[in-house]
This record gives sequence, C-alpha cells and structure tokens, in this order.
Amino acid sequence: MKEKKISIVIFPGSNCDRDLFVALEKCLGTKPEFIWHNCSHVKSTDMILIPGGFSFGDYLRAGTIATKSPAIKEVIRFSKRGVPIIGICNGFQILTECGLLEGALIKNSNQLFKCEKVNLKVINNKTIFTKNYKSSEIISLPIAHSQGNYFIESDNLKKIEDNDQIIFKYSSDFGDVTEKYNPNGSVNNIAGISNKKKNVIGLMPHPERAIENFHNGIDGIKFFKNLKDLI
Amino acid sequence: MKKEITKKILEDHNINSEEYNMILAIMGREPNLLELGIFSVMWSEHCSYKSTKKWLKTLPTTGKKVVCGPGENAGIIDIDDNDAIVFKMESHNHPSFIEPYQGAATGVGGIMRDVFTMGARPIANLNSLRFGDPKNEKTKNLLRGVVKGIGDYGNCVGIPTVGGECFFHENYNNNILVNAMSVGLVKKNKIFYSTAKGIGNPIIYVGSKTGRDGIHGATMASAEFSDESENQRPQVQVGDPFIEKLLLESCLELMNEDAIVAIQDMGAAGLTSSSFEMASKGNCGVKLLLDKVPCRETEMTPYEMMLSETQERMLMIIKPEKKKITYNIFQKWGLDAVEIGKLTDSGKMELFYNNKLVGTLPIKPLADLSPEYDRPSIKPKKIKNYQKKKSTPKINLEKVLKKILSGPNHSSKSWIFNQYDSSVMGDTIFSSEMADAAVIRIHKTNKAISVTSDCNPIYCKSDPRLGAEIAVAESWRNLISTGAEPIAITDNLNFGNPEKKEIMYEIKEAISGIKKACIELDYPVVSGNVSLYNETNGKSIFPTPVIGGVGLIKKLKYATGFKMDDDSSIYLIGKTKGHLESSLFYEHLKIFGGSPPKVDFKEEKKNGNFVKFLAQKTELLIGCHDISEGGIALALAELCIANKKGIEITLKKKNPEKFLFGEDQSRYLLIINKKKEFETLAKKNNIENERIGFVTGAFLNFKNLFSISVDALLKLNSSWFKGYIE
Repeated sequence: MKEKKISIVIFPGSNCDRDLFVALEKCLGTKPEFIWHNCSHVKSTDMILIPGGFSFGDYLRAGTIATKSPAIKEVIRFSKRGVPIIGICNGFQILTECGLLEGALIKNSNQLFKCEKVNLKVINNKTIFTKNYKSSEIISLPIAHSQGNYFIESDNLKKIEDNDQIIFKYSSDFGDVTEKYNPNGSVNNIAGISNKKKNVIGLMPHPERAIENFHNGIDGIKFFKNLKDLI
Repeated sequence: MKKEITKKILEDHNINSEEYNMILAIMGREPNLLELGIFSVMWSEHCSYKSTKKWLKTLPTTGKKVVCGPGENAGIIDIDDNDAIVFKMESHNHPSFIEPYQGAATGVGGIMRDVFTMGARPIANLNSLRFGDPKNEKTKNLLRGVVKGIGDYGNCVGIPTVGGECFFHENYNNNILVNAMSVGLVKKNKIFYSTAKGIGNPIIYVGSKTGRDGIHGATMASAEFSDESENQRPQVQVGDPFIEKLLLESCLELMNEDAIVAIQDMGAAGLTSSSFEMASKGNCGVKLLLDKVPCRETEMTPYEMMLSETQERMLMIIKPEKKKITYNIFQKWGLDAVEIGKLTDSGKMELFYNNKLVGTLPIKPLADLSPEYDRPSIKPKKIKNYQKKKSTPKINLEKVLKKILSGPNHSSKSWIFNQYDSSVMGDTIFSSEMADAAVIRIHKTNKAISVTSDCNPIYCKSDPRLGAEIAVAESWRNLISTGAEPIAITDNLNFGNPEKKEIMYEIKEAISGIKKACIELDYPVVSGNVSLYNETNGKSIFPTPVIGGVGLIKKLKYATGFKMDDDSSIYLIGKTKGHLESSLFYEHLKIFGGSPPKVDFKEEKKNGNFVKFLAQKTELLIGCHDISEGGIALALAELCIANKKGIEITLKKKNPEKFLFGEDQSRYLLIINKKKEFETLAKKNNIENERIGFVTGAFLNFKNLFSISVDALLKLNSSWFKGYIE
C-alpha cells in the first residue's frame, strides 16, 4: 500500500511548524512534508495541517494575509475532496479567514496575549478527528494567543450548534462550561469547531505542546494518535 | 573654508573638547558633519565603554567551557557533543522609559539578533525589569507597555520567554531598567564571527529598509535624563518582529551554505558600528556606496543612513561566488539583500554618495584610540537612618509574611508571565515560576540548560561590592538548585552617571565584587553590557548589576524544580545565623541600610556541590529551593504555593524572626523522602543540615507560632497585580 502523506503548510511567520512536525513524527511515526506558502500546486496529500504562529506578522488581522497565498487555494481544493484539514491557533485563524470555517477569531476580551494551560471538554466525539474520545471527555492543553476570542453571530451559532460543529469548549476540570473557565471571551466557551462536512477542524489550543513527560500534561499525544486511522 | 563644526554641534553630539582634540589628531584635519557624527556614536559610552573598559578588563573571561568570551556579538560556552550555547544580556533602559512598548520590544529584538548573528537559533529569552513605585503615576503605563512590548516581540518570533525578574522601587521612578537576555543553540563547528576578511569581498546589506528612526539612539543612551527627555521619542527605534523572524530564518538558512565570511547585526549606531567593528577586527578597509542602501524614505542623507538605528538589519561579508545563492535565499524570505560596498586594503572607511566621496575615516585609530577613562571615585556616605538594634520589638511575624507575599515585589508575576509564550518550541521543562531557574531541553537530546537572572539592588545600594558578589552567588545557587552545572554568566551593569565620583565608586566596587565571585566559583563572564547615565535630574538609580547565568543539566532526570511529595521531609542546608540587616523583613519594618549578608565562598561551594551531587548521583532529591530574600519563611511559602500543599515546621524557640526571615547566604531547602540515607550522606560530606519540617495538610504551619492556609497563601499571592492593573 502506498504510504499516506501528511502535509504542513508554512507561511512566513509561522512558528509552530517544527513543533507540529515533531509531534506528528512522534505520535504517528511518519515524517510530514512541508508546503511553502507560494506553492500553487500540491500533487497529492492525505491530510493538511496549518500550524500556529504569526503568518505575515498577523498584520491587518490574524490570518488574513495568509489567505491570499497560493497554498491556501490548494488547501481549499483538497478540503472539497474531503481531505482532512487541521488548523491550530494561527491555523484556525487562517481557516476562518479563508472561509473554510465559520465565525472569526478576534482579540482576547482583556486585550492581552495569554499563555496558560486550559481544560477542554470534547463536545462532539463523533468526528473523524475525535472519535476515540469519550463523550464529554476532559482534556488539558496549553493555549498561547492574543486573538483567540471566537465570535460568531447568533443565527450562525445556532446553525453550527444544530449541526454539531462545535468540537471543543473551554471548561473546568470537571467539565463545567462557564464564564469562569473562558480564557479569552469566546462565544459559549468555544475552543474548536469543524466545518459542516466535518473534514476541516480548527482549534486554538496547542496539542503539539503537550506530548512530552516534562510538558504540562501529555494530552496532545491522544489528539495526534486519533489521526492514525485517517492516514 | 567655512568652519563647519561649531561648539553647538559638538555639544549636540556629546563630544567634549578633549575628545574633539583627539578627533582632530586622528583625522589630521577638521572632520565634516558626517564624520563627526560617526565619531560621536563610535565613541559614545554605549558603544565604546569608555568609563568602564579599564575595569571590565579585570573580569575573568576564560575557562575550560568558554568558546568565545566578550568582544563578539555574544558569549559562547561548550555544552558537550559539539553543542554550544550563545548568550548575552543587554539593556534598553533609556528608550523603554521614553516609549515603553517599542523600547522593550526592540531590546528583545536586538539581543536575539546578537545571538543568531553567531549562527545560533535562540531557544529562550529572559528579562530583568525594574520599575518605579507602583504609586508613581508613570509606573502602570510603563509596566503595561514594557510587558506587552517584550511579549509581542518574542511571541511573534516564536522564541519562548521563560523567566525573569520584576522589581518595583521608587528609586526607579524616572529611570526604569529593561534588560533582555537571549540564549541560543549552535553547533560548535558552525559558529559565525564578525571579523571581515578577503579584500574585494562584497559587503551585503540585509533586512529592513533604513529609515530615520533611532538616529543618535546610542548617544541618547549615554546621557542623563531631564524633564525634557520625553521629547526624544523620535530617537526610539520601532521594531517589527515579523521581519526579525524572516531575518532569523533566512540567515540560518544561508549559514548552511558556506557563503558567509563575517556577519554582524546593525544594532546600536547601526551601519556605522557594524561596518567599523567588522573591518577593524579584520584589519581591512571598507568602501561603501551609500546610494545603494535600501531606504524607507526619500532623500535620506549619508549622515542619516550611517547613524540610523532602524531595526532588523544585518551586514555581512559574502564569498563572491556565493552572491547568487545569497540573493536567492533572501528573496525567498522577501527581504532586501543588496551589495553596498567592498572590503579594501586601504585601512579606511570611504563613504561614497552619488559618486562623490563624502567621508573618509581611518578605521583602526577610530576603533582602537577611543577614549578610555579612569574616572575618579569616592566612597559615598552611609545611609544614616540605620541604627543597630539589640533586639527587634515584638512583631507579628504572620503579618510581615503576609505583607511580603502580597506586596508588589513578591506577588505572583503571572499577570506578566502569562503574556509571554513560554511553551513554544516544545522544550520548556520549567519556566521560572516552577523552579529557581528556567530549564530548557536541548532539542531532541537528553540534556538541558538552566538559565536565570539575578540582582538585589537593595543589597547593591548598601554595599555594591558585596551586593554584586551575592548576585553572582545567587545565580550560581539558582542553577545548582535545578540540578545544573553552572558554567558562565553575562552581566548587565546598570548605573548612574560615571562622571560623578560616588557613582564611579559603585561601578568599580560592583565590578570587583563580580570578579571575586566569578573567580571563587569558577564561573566566568562571557558577555555583557553596560548602561550608564541612568539618572534623572541628578538622581541616580540604585546600582543594579544584573547577572544572567547559564548551566548545563547533563541528563534530563537531574532536572529539579519546586516539587514536594506528601509526607516528605524539608531539610535546611547551610548555616543560619539570622542576618536581618538590609533584609526584606527590615524593609517591611522600615529599618533601612546596614550590610547585606556576607558570602563565605568555601561554604557556598561545599553546599552547592553537595546539592549538585544529590541531584546527579542519587535519587534522593525530590525538590529544591534556594533561600534568598525573605529567608526561610518566604521560600517555604513559595513551595506551598507552587505545589498547593501544606508544610509543618517546628521552630526553635529563640528569635523566630531571625530563623524565619534571616537572609544568610549559601542555603537551600531540600525536599527529601529517604531521611536516613540523606542524613548519612550529609554527615559524610560534613554538611550543616537540619530537618525543619515536613509536607502535610493544607496549611503552612509554623508550630506554636502561626499558621496560614494554602488557599490564603494563594489568594494573598495572586491579588496584587489584579488589583493594581486590571
């Protein structure tokens, strides 16, 4: 059988590409390939990840300029074919900016960058990315962003809720989803969502920073191991 | 011919008549304005170290592990397996006071460039901050701006900010200190230096286009502040961390191509100092075609181009046959890369603009004959209001501890720290809130480095020599506590106006204190920075020689933090005499002055080596915390807070305040499970130790004295910043 290919898109200003590479290599045992932002033709790929960082300096608005890159057109093309796409942090911002995911990520409610460990409640464990989680499982991952405040208008919120597109919410250790555990002001504590077809997912927390025993938790390992069946 | 250089111009350039006479002698004629401008920045205190050079030369800078000492962009130490660590600390005090966000941001950018110029990828940043009294009207905005500036810059480039200090004192009301440290990793056989070589080799300019920002920044940093200083805002540079990230990646990519002969970042004094330093080290001449310099604005003059401090720029000497690949790489990253000149054998800097020679300066004399002063010094009068007291009055010790824990200087700094990305790059083992020093794994290896920054300005004010000794010793101790082998330091010396005898005394004393401690601990200085003239309207800051230390943790399993297991014992290592003069305890009782505690280096080494032995050769050490200001009481409270666990302490009856708050040096608290084995080893090694308590329950309980719940500790410790800033 032909070995499946995982790709990581890099933009000028991406800075979690190496961490993501290391995590995928460690958890899945395969070496991903990098796609440079100006690549206008990706021959084949079985999964695309967009890493965290500050693509093009996040000038204008986080993720906006990156959507003009040729590689993003390729991401959109592959997404239509049903190829799994994952955006983490800046990757999530890019996916909302290019329209593959709904809503927007705006400045944290206190206007400050925030780096800390958060708890997430798995809201939808039926997607291809999350099917190995128990329903309402609590996982713990670090966040590090200044524009992670998920916003969506109420009509659309209802739509993504009804269609089970909300994947992760910020919560307490015990799964309470309340304002107290909302690190950035996100609507309904939303930390991660998918598209309607559930082959595109974006999340603000960084699973690639929770894979070593010395990290503040190792719940990132499970996140990546869940991808095993997809490749 | 009309006399171009007037007295007013000399004053504006901060050049005194003596220095101007030297310039006339070197030039053999009157310089033009461009040439004078170049002299003024090259000979500014900031670039020439003219007041401190004589004393800095006395510092120990060599050692078995030293690959490169002071004089290059940063210092380098060997951490085995062909790996080396490049590090340096640098101040951005003056600009940060004038424009806190950009001042601090460009401080971080500058120090990272110093590190990656040498071929190293930065792997950790630290910062050491001093602000004025929180009640001072300026403090809040300065704090906000500086922290955001540091965070935004480092976060965007993607380098974890893992540790630092933040200290408030009214003495810094009008002169804050922003010292940034960066630590990078390089292969020992892939280090890049700044010595220009090869006559005819092209000089390539890379990075941001030159603008009019920061002209005379180095000169500004070499003068006292007055009330008008805020008008100097245009002299503060503006940072662009995105360009820095591109510059970092493109330079590291090019460094794999065997193309670079020499490389230097354009930091203070920009194009002038980078070209002069490279040429001077290589004994070459330089011909620059200034029309080729990429400019952000039209009609920039040669004077402006040579003196601009626009950020995110590099100058490199390239092998001629590698020009194409050089251009290709920078084009890939979207950066300007332009040949702006060539190395010559003239020994001169020849500046051309529109095919006209607009300036000629001899390189060697300008660099080598820069002034070196042996400024007069005098011991300042002692602070008067300190009276030795036979005994302290009956004091509510619980109240003092609570006050310390909830005050600005010892509150949890999470408001600051959470604005820094500390986990990017995936190698952060401990950020500095979980151990005495930050611990960073060397990527994909089983070893780590430990990094810290230290200085207690209260000690340094009352005795600059002893204060500096303690700063070095404490940094050494912090590294030891984490299981590391301390290797070397960088020093960032922050003082007032050296032309004042009392200040010069402080500088000389502090340097001799650093020297003594470094020699005693075999802990050399490999890089450093001096920031003088931290004065406003004649009032100087406390002497603040900040020490940045780096050590090697040979195996990850040696790494030790503040961890405590339930029921484990707490041992106190070292002699406790109860030194309270200059202590935090006395400060809270408004008793000021007196001597800091003495450092007995024999004891320091003995205790330190024992802790190191425990971490490396035994499995006995669960956690470790050194004892510094605030004494045993504060150290225990910090352990409770970090672990959310209680401790029960049995106290000696006499003078509990001395036991709890004394700041005697060379001491550690160790968390140990196996009492017998530990005590046998301690006895065998002749180590003074005492089991003072154990981990239990939900209270920090000083038996028969007072007890505070861990919840209350956490609350006390976390409330100050919230109340102050939010």
